[in-house]
Amino acid sequence: MILVVSPGFLTTVQDEGRRGYRAFGMPWAGAMDRYAFAAANFLAGNPRGAAALEMTISGGSFRFEEPAYVALCGADMGAVLEGEPAGNWVAFPVASGATLSFGSAAQGCRAYLAVLGGFDVPVVLGSRSTYTRAGIGGFRGRVLAGGDTLRVGPAPAAGQLPPRRFLPRPFVPPCGGEARLRVLAGPQEEMFASDGIATFYSSPYTVTDRNDRMGYRLEGPTVRHEAGPDIITDAIVPGAVQVPGNGMPIVMMADCQTSGGYATIGTVIGPDLRLLAQARRGDTVRFVRCPEEAAITALREEHAAYAAIAGSLPGACRGR
Amino acid sequence: MHKVRMLAAGEQGLVIEFGDAIDPAVNARVHRLAHAISLRPIEGILEWVPTYRSLLVLFDPLLVARGDLAAGIGRLLEGDEGGRESLPTGRIVELPVCYGGEFGPDLDFVARQNGISPEEAIAIHSSVLYLVYMLGFTPGFPYLGGMSSRLATPRLSSPRGKVPAGAVGIAGDQTGVYPVESPGGWRLIGRTPLRLFDPDREDSFLVAAGDFVRFLPIDEEEFWGYQQMEEIRTFERKGG
Repeated sequence: MILVVSPGFLTTVQDEGRRGYRAFGMPWAGAMDRYAFAAANFLAGNPRGAAALEMTISGGSFRFEEPAYVALCGADMGAVLEGEPAGNWVAFPVASGATLSFGSAAQGCRAYLAVLGGFDVPVVLGSRSTYTRAGIGGFRGRVLAGGDTLRVGPAPAAGQLPPRRFLPRPFVPPCGGEARLRVLAGPQEEMFASDGIATFYSSPYTVTDRNDRMGYRLEGPTVRHEAGPDIITDAIVPGAVQVPGNGMPIVMMADCQTSGGYATIGTVIGPDLRLLAQARRGDTVRFVRCPEEAAITALREEHAAYAAIAGSLPGACRGR
Repeated sequence: MHKVRMLAAGEQGLVIEFGDAIDPAVNARVHRLAHAISLRPIEGILEWVPTYRSLLVLFDPLLVARGDLAAGIGRLLEGDEGGRESLPTGRIVELPVCYGGEFGPDLDFVARQNGISPEEAIAIHSSVLYLVYMLGFTPGFPYLGGMSSRLATPRLSSPRGKVPAGAVGIAGDQTGVYPVESPGGWRLIGRTPLRLFDPDREDSFLVAAGDFVRFLPIDEEEFWGYQQMEEIRTFERKGG
């Protein structure tokens, strides 16, 4: 059992998302930075999709009522275990009674805390991910609060795992700086003026304070439509860049609703969405037009990295 | 007939667009394709999302290339255009609704706005078999087609912070039901005691795209009766 002493700014249980129900209006949810999430699970000795905690901007404080083996990845929130700095992109055992505490991220936005065995919350529609808007999944369908207790799933003894292990250097992604988001054009690029498209791909955009798990509202030069911003409500996916009448792009994220009525100029490729998930108010991003082959190559590289990470970390289950 | 267009929605999305109108005939083609895919799955397809005028197919691009997927879907469409693919008749889902009072605080406004009595508004609203064009917005929220223009009413200028689950509303010439409590700007004319979305139920979603919905007026006593039945079912399911 793990006691949530304090929850941090916004902490939820997430896995790889709730697939298969978009036709019923159910968003995928799932980890915003899927790479850091996967790395945390591999380091903790889990299969890639085990449920972990996603902490946002500032992390919580957790008291372990039983021994555990944990991993920390993503934004560095200055984790401290019993007064000692714990590092980041790292896994280590935690003794019963010990407290693991996080501060605020100096850079980046989201950190993942994985535990060997995964967090044992009920599976709802095939996933343990929290989707707060419908109040389902994760811990009672909501963000964590002080006093909550989390159970850990069954796992092999942590004793077989090393006292401390790091993600191999080449697999630690850079953090901070201007994010370049590769974009596949469409499905409604034709609704934009050619100078609007040129503006979109040549200008820096700033993350506003209106950003969350549903979407990121950006600010910058106006992206001009040719034929107005409204379409007949159509399906949308995470990564879709919708542009409403004010010409300011909104990038859909993990919790985005399944349908929307604004024209989508393009879609940020899956492997790059993590860069936006780690951006926060005031950070800038740029959109880069990307051919389909490059998107597929990026996806292959991501999967190759998962395989290499799993292969380099003994104890990691390669189930999925 | 509108030429079918295939558009990219990211590296894992293929949009098959049948038209650019809210039209039952266009929507029927969307549902026919969804049905054809369910009967003859194509390797790599993960899930699909019907909308008013298009079908979004989500696929694993490492399992199937976009071109091969598009070709496979093209073959399904050819079969369909040949008339071989008949759409299963949508189910008719009856939703009991208690209109007006605390359940439908905007019923009187909707009636006044359209120069009719609240009773007429109820009669008009409950006389139609509504087509469920698609689900979206929130889990289980049906986009219904076919509401009489005699009930058309603009949205609230300032949305309510909390609309209860089951609320039946009108926005412009659309009507719909809120499956989960959420903010909303629709004019609320009634509420159904049935749960459109219940994650603990085997059939979590009461209504699917392609179904039809009919609203059955009930009184307050019946509302609480249904409500109680829903609670008993939940209780029994949880082994209580």
